[in-house]
Amino acid sequence: MHLELGQIFIKDVQLGKKTQVKEGILFIDKDELLAKLQDERLAFIDLKLAKPGEATRIIPVKDAIEPRVKVEGPGGLFPGFVHTVDTVGSGRTHVLKGACVLTVGQVVGFQEGLIDMSGPGAKYTPFSKTQNIVLVAEPVKGLERHSHEEALRLLGLKAAAYLGAAGRNVKPDKTISYNCPPLPQALQQYPELPKVAYVYMLQSQGLLHDTYLYGLDVKKILPTLIYPTEVMDGAIVSGNCVSACDKNTTYHHLNNPIIYDLLDRHGRDFNFIGVVVTNENVTLTDKERSSNYTAKLVEWLGAEGVVISEEGFGNPDTDLIMSCTKLEKKGIKTVCLTDEYAGRDGASQSLADSSPLVNALVTAGNANEIIMLPPMEKIIGDGSAGVVDVVAGGFAGSLRADGSIRAEIQMIIGATNELGFNKISARML
Amino acid sequence: MTQKVRLVHYLNQFFAGIGGEEKADLPPAEREGALGPGIGLKAALGQKGEVVATVICGDGYFNENLAEASKTVVKMIAKHKPDLVVAGPAFNAGRYGVACGAVAKVVLEEIGIPTVSGMFAENPGVDLYRKFAYIVETGNSAASMRQALPKIAKLALKLGRKEEMGPAEAEGYLQRGVRQNIFVAKRGSERALDMLAAKLNKRPFETEYPLPTFDRVEPAPAVEAVKQSKIALVTSGGIVPKGNPDRIESSSATKYGRYNLAGVDDLSAASYETAHGGYDPTYANQDSDRVLPVDVLRQLEAEGEIGQLHSYFYSTTGNGTSVANAAAFAAEIAGELVNEGVHAVILTST
Repeated sequence: MHLELGQIFIKDVQLGKKTQVKEGILFIDKDELLAKLQDERLAFIDLKLAKPGEATRIIPVKDAIEPRVKVEGPGGLFPGFVHTVDTVGSGRTHVLKGACVLTVGQVVGFQEGLIDMSGPGAKYTPFSKTQNIVLVAEPVKGLERHSHEEALRLLGLKAAAYLGAAGRNVKPDKTISYNCPPLPQALQQYPELPKVAYVYMLQSQGLLHDTYLYGLDVKKILPTLIYPTEVMDGAIVSGNCVSACDKNTTYHHLNNPIIYDLLDRHGRDFNFIGVVVTNENVTLTDKERSSNYTAKLVEWLGAEGVVISEEGFGNPDTDLIMSCTKLEKKGIKTVCLTDEYAGRDGASQSLADSSPLVNALVTAGNANEIIMLPPMEKIIGDGSAGVVDVVAGGFAGSLRADGSIRAEIQMIIGATNELGFNKISARML
Repeated sequence: MTQKVRLVHYLNQFFAGIGGEEKADLPPAEREGALGPGIGLKAALGQKGEVVATVICGDGYFNENLAEASKTVVKMIAKHKPDLVVAGPAFNAGRYGVACGAVAKVVLEEIGIPTVSGMFAENPGVDLYRKFAYIVETGNSAASMRQALPKIAKLALKLGRKEEMGPAEAEGYLQRGVRQNIFVAKRGSERALDMLAAKLNKRPFETEYPLPTFDRVEPAPAVEAVKQSKIALVTSGGIVPKGNPDRIESSSATKYGRYNLAGVDDLSAASYETAHGGYDPTYANQDSDRVLPVDVLRQLEAEGEIGQLHSYFYSTTGNGTSVANAAAFAAEIAGELVNEGVHAVILTST
């Protein structure tokens, strides 16, 4: 599978008469966009812009999505949602690099997150550095949560596809070519280098902790194979409202750094042969089945080494440890990417499960660490105590009278992302 | 010119020069400026910091009135608006170490400022309070004061100026067991691939979080010949002969006891009690058989349902006791039981 990814660098986003990209500026026809987003489940949709460096706080954020468009090749962005389920990942795709759609609205209450565009909170989230198109949506009265989540999910995907289309005929600033051959050829490449695979765990605890693969709820899958380039075209979509810090937003999936880094080091340090997607269901039988299947597929691929990334924490820790243990037992060298819940004082045990075979672990930080966020001039969404104090990572009194917030970094979108998106780590004092 | 780091020094009655054990009941008191080891500390700080006040409390008083003493001490400290507190060094003085640790905890929780202390590695204050303080390792007596003070001063200045604190080995304090977030040069995905490359190429690598080892014990097969078996009683419920002759700690036990059961058919309130500080002792003290069922086993022994009750029982307090200590006790106890021909053990917990 061969994909050319053309990056169009977006340095500013402005409202305009016509939706288009001109000299690195994304102009948005707000009326046309909102008209395209109408959904009978949403009573109200508004569009706001948030830019790096502004004294702006966005809360409660559900998802982040990067605008992209399929320019050549089969299928379209976000198969199973915005487009039919044609196989994506080949041809040419354009990316509005630097722009990001954020969906805002309180679905569950405690599992949406916060983004500060400046101040100490900004360095924890990648979305303080993007030009954000923020969609604030209110559901119609009495709308059930699952429908609300679905409406918000589609809202973001449709907006990203609509905006991405503005880059269809724009010459990219930078184009990178990715070539992912079928397995028999892949195995023949770079015989002197170790063959490695990536095990991509997807949140599937259910009850608004869901992820979709070509539109299919991954609770229902057996672990399976996917080309890295399919992920770049939106084959994996976030539908979850789990803790903000370590859920993979759709933006994170599209830009999965493990995939990009493996492709980058393919032929230099490794022979990167494939990606196995697996889930994180809640019953023991499901966990056993998925981890068995994962280890089997990796062995079948002929991988000698694996990176495995978790999504979420606590319950999925067991899936991570189970899969890693089973891979190590097969002699496959494994590195785990996770985050920690070591308590506000950092003194508790960081993961809910353990195994002596899990000896190589990269941490994306302690999600419980407390941060002070100063007041912001502008709030997009709802910054009241009814939101701030109940979001996971907040607590009674998190929102102070002056508008500052004292909370765990768990509250910040992507702060401890377990795809290793950030430069944060943790150490023992 | 940068401002001098302001610190308050906490001392016990002995190091404050007030007296020894006979003055251990001294309630919290305060003095202006430096005192005792504070003089040496002041010298080590030089022009960069000052000891603005010294708070003193008798070790006995502090340990017996922990809540009230902590409250008074923290109030005395807070009013000087210090950047940090130095407590001790306590060397191997157990009650002093515990008091220094408790001061660190309350100072951190109430005022939000750090504490530097100094202790011998085996001082119980280290394990109890290491996560609340930066504890410099000292020798086991005040003879190591001269070596300890410059190290304490160095950490104090660093903390007082809010400079970034490095890991334990690099900075010279006893590992606190506390995870701290840091920003590093490479993103997580890159670090993971670096680690994978090292692992695959058999090069050394360091995991960013060493997982704790869970000791999963397979249940032993059922004892078949119960009627021929010698059975021992072992408990973490703290049952001891009245008066707790071995002074087993009420929490964070560092020892266990072995007690003779010859001629004992029933544990009476007059002769036995619990040393455990983690549960309501009323019912265990009324009748210690409730925790350590000697009466029932004697009855089964008489009825021939078990071979015999081993003539010693073992006891410790499983209350915040470290896994390392518990595992060490268990290895010793199991070895003795095997040597004495015991076939099975009833292990009771609370």
